[in-house]
Amino acid sequence: MERHVLVVFPHPDDETFGTGGTIASFTKAGVPVTYACGTLGQMGRNMGKPFFATRETLSEVREKELRAACDALGIKDLRLLGLRDKTIEFEDREVIADQLLSIIEELNPSLIITHYPGFAVHPDHNALGAACVRAVEKLPVAKRPVVYGHAFARNREEFIGSPDVTIDIHDVAETKLEAVRAHRSQSENVIARFEEALKNKEAAAQFGPSMFTESFYTMKFA
Amino acid sequence: MGPMDLQSVQIALDARVGRMQYVHLETTNGAYAAHREEGAMTVCAYIRNGRIEFERGTIVGDGPYRVGLKMQIGWIYAEGLTDFEVDAKGRLLMAGYDSEGRLAIALELSDEPFAM
Repeated sequence: MERHVLVVFPHPDDETFGTGGTIASFTKAGVPVTYACGTLGQMGRNMGKPFFATRETLSEVREKELRAACDALGIKDLRLLGLRDKTIEFEDREVIADQLLSIIEELNPSLIITHYPGFAVHPDHNALGAACVRAVEKLPVAKRPVVYGHAFARNREEFIGSPDVTIDIHDVAETKLEAVRAHRSQSENVIARFEEALKNKEAAAQFGPSMFTESFYTMKFA
Repeated sequence: MGPMDLQSVQIALDARVGRMQYVHLETTNGAYAAHREEGAMTVCAYIRNGRIEFERGTIVGDGPYRVGLKMQIGWIYAEGLTDFEVDAKGRLLMAGYDSEGRLAIALELSDEPFAM
């Protein structure tokens, strides 16, 4: 059993779509989970269907949605890092790594979940994942937690092979769906597919396995 | 925010002529455009809190609409605007949303800087 899990992603909803089932499985088992969320996703283009937010209200809307999703997933500790959507790769990586390092030193997690740098599609994902890996590298080898990298770039298998950790989330699929619903501005135009996937095996196969399993790569350090 | 009303927007533009404004201008086809469709490009540009002054501002079209702001030494142009709002802070927010409710373009003007 994990001592404490730290999740590090840049956007409200990354924790839910990619790893909501894994998080829910941990919190259900009594493992404390902290989410360090990089930005408020203030530059997202999804604003509900029909849209109910504007560019200027989106950050507030998404922060509320994030808090509701954290409640659904059992995350009791949410840290907002205060970065701006789409800009993480332009910031000083060492500064962000140090910000993460201080959280890691405070919480002493046994497991960190972040994006696999270079294979997580969105530049913010890759940049924050890289800063997180850098933060762990700053720790003495004996003190480093295990780090799971979440990767979904189309070409990932060609470069990094298959994920070595697959977590069955059948038991918490409804909880994941509740968190997906909480991110209303981001999920309204895909929610029907998620709901169908839960009811209908054919739809699940078409939609992909993310309602039933979540996969990770254990990051290797030099 | 609601559907464009040419007259209201034109009044809001006229009121800003010759007044220093902060501008937010962006366009995006979504961060996952290239991921979703092989061969597609992800395209996005934004300027937040550019400081401008314009001498003529006009909205035209049958919907979606176009706005051109003529400055002393240049232009600001936006096409594909569908909705607008003058919000509680007096800011003129204009945006183009597609049929899925996704923002594709935004042009906003404000007396005060937009939040970082």
